[in-house]
Amino acid sequence: MSITRRSLLKSTAAASLAAVAAPSLIGRALAADTIKVGALYSQTGGLSIVEKMLADAVMMAVSEVNAQGGVLGRQVEVIVEDGASDPKTFSEKASKLLVRDRVNAVFGCHTSASRKAVLPLFERRDGMLFYQTHYEGFECSKNVVYTGAVPNQQLGNYIPWIVKTLGKKKFFIVGSNYVYPREMAKVSKKLIEEAGAEWVADEYLELGHSEWATMVRKIKESGADVVLSNVVGDSIVAFYREYKNQGMSQADVPICATVTSEIEIAAMGAEYAAGSYTSFPYFMSLDTPANKGFIERYRTFVKDPAALTYHSLEAAYFQVFLWKQAAEKAGSVKAADIRAAIGGQSYDAPGGKVTIDGDNLHAYLTPRIGQWQADGQSKVVNAYPEPIRPLPYAAYGETADNLFCTAKGLDSAKLKG
Amino acid sequence: MLDILFIGLSLGSILLLVALGLAITYGAMGVINMAHGELVMIGAYTAVLSGIWLDLGLFAALPLGFLSAAAIGWAIERVVVRRLYGRLLDTLLATWGIAILLQQAVRLEFGLSFFGIHIQGLGPGLQNVAVPEILQTTITIAGSSINAYRVFIVAVTLVLTLLTWAIMYRTRIGMQVRAIIRNPRMAAASGIDVARVNALTFAFGSGLAGVAGVMMSGFKTVFPDMGSSMVVDGFLVVVAGGVGSLLGSVLSAGMLGEINAVAAAVTNDILARAIVFGVVILIIIVKPAGLFSFKGR
Repeated sequence: MSITRRSLLKSTAAASLAAVAAPSLIGRALAADTIKVGALYSQTGGLSIVEKMLADAVMMAVSEVNAQGGVLGRQVEVIVEDGASDPKTFSEKASKLLVRDRVNAVFGCHTSASRKAVLPLFERRDGMLFYQTHYEGFECSKNVVYTGAVPNQQLGNYIPWIVKTLGKKKFFIVGSNYVYPREMAKVSKKLIEEAGAEWVADEYLELGHSEWATMVRKIKESGADVVLSNVVGDSIVAFYREYKNQGMSQADVPICATVTSEIEIAAMGAEYAAGSYTSFPYFMSLDTPANKGFIERYRTFVKDPAALTYHSLEAAYFQVFLWKQAAEKAGSVKAADIRAAIGGQSYDAPGGKVTIDGDNLHAYLTPRIGQWQADGQSKVVNAYPEPIRPLPYAAYGETADNLFCTAKGLDSAKLKG
Repeated sequence: MLDILFIGLSLGSILLLVALGLAITYGAMGVINMAHGELVMIGAYTAVLSGIWLDLGLFAALPLGFLSAAAIGWAIERVVVRRLYGRLLDTLLATWGIAILLQQAVRLEFGLSFFGIHIQGLGPGLQNVAVPEILQTTITIAGSSINAYRVFIVAVTLVLTLLTWAIMYRTRIGMQVRAIIRNPRMAAASGIDVARVNALTFAFGSGLAGVAGVMMSGFKTVFPDMGSSMVVDGFLVVVAGGVGSLLGSVLSAGMLGEINAVAAAVTNDILARAIVFGVVILIIIVKPAGLFSFKGR
């Protein structure tokens, strides 16, 4: 066999390629006994206070998974990245996790803004994102597993209950001025009319705005007998405080909210919220052994005996177990295999059973209505008997029989109709 | 109608509370203090902590808020601002940096614990201050109900404004401050200790921000970012009223508050804000030096 110039070049090229690739191969071989996942939450910036808690929940779940022997016999390693409360940073850090760290799944993002910023990357790189926050729906991606509630799961039983059980006929809808409250308002108007009630106003306030004097006066003058609040963030606290300060009573005209959780109630002072309502799949007050154990473990984990849990925290926690189950069913942690295996996976979360829908990768959740008490905890006054199907496009007419999200993606023909 | 006007008055008072300190530091000393909002935040946290640690109510927190914000303001002047007099844009950048430092410092410490020690009652990030019972009522005047807490805010603002006016126009140190505004070099030549007066002025302006923070803690959330949006509103008032004019700040705060309240009642809160910005832009176009411009020499 004669050595030609060409084959010599070829083999040298191959050798040098191998030399370049070797360190990374060795690196990967060493890391092969752990499975890498990312936790992408803000550790700094305006949202860090909330998002650090979510990162804690993910890390707690991973530590529990590891204590139980890991996934597929391997330990799970979490790489924590800081989104810095800025969508652009989220997208940079997601790219780092997917490209450089080659993580198998990312648990992360808290706001829709950050989720939308990283979504194209996950689709291009075919990664898997687990997103725990309740959101406005109107999204369908094979690369995201949504474990938070969508509008139909928060409003589906809520509005009829307000009309029938509370006997309220005139809704004043109020929200922060961005996509979530507006989509929520769209779904609720439909449900209000179906329930035979009416809405008298639909008003919005700038995001982060905390001057409620005029709005509360408007509510007072409107003659509404119930307020449906889709207000988010720190505006919530100022709202409930102003409401009470202007002499409005939660007993006569209750605020029925879709965002206000244990966190905001603690922040405003429980006496301002006592008597108002919120609809969520999970409340800290749920009196089950599973939830009690969860709260205890979380408090030990963050070394804070008074730490609060709330819906997003619970979802951030249980989504890790859903991922683990899917990996074990598929026998692989590759994104494509997780995606194929996760549909139909059920897990007994602290708030009850959750199941991932195979068509839209959203979670079946149990809608509950809590009434806030003077101690800052809720009393669950109504709950669905079972988890209900997630319909992210409910605002556009999606029903359980007519799905917009299919296993192949969004059926966009239905959107126009 | 009376209640809308009252809402306007209370909005104006809150604006003025924030703007007073800015009017002094910007008007008197030519320092754009971007950390002013963070001094408001420090006042608010003082109220939160004095409630948890010392079991003090809102009233007792007012002087404490003044003192803590004044102390930090004094330190900012001594360490940073002192080196930057006469360099307007540099003060802007430097104080902005201080603002970010203060924000992150508070965020890191107040997430759940303070220096690693968990404080009972310190919630996750967002804090609150209880409003005294007597201020939680509504007063009915001429058929419209008026919120007692807002009456209290208007009253405190009135007292602080009068106090500031009295210090500026009726005391020796106030005269020195006014001399420094007109001509710092001449003032120094006349034997005024410019460095000392500047430090005191800055500390006083910061203290006013602290009081504003304590007042706001009664109806807003207390959290690390709460100050950043207030600075913009404060500057709107100062610029529209005329730099260096106390009277201008008072009138422009009242006017912007009323415009905001009436516009919000007639249309909505989002449009009202746009209208306020529009009015300020118009004022600056027509009278670039503000409504009550100060005649410099």
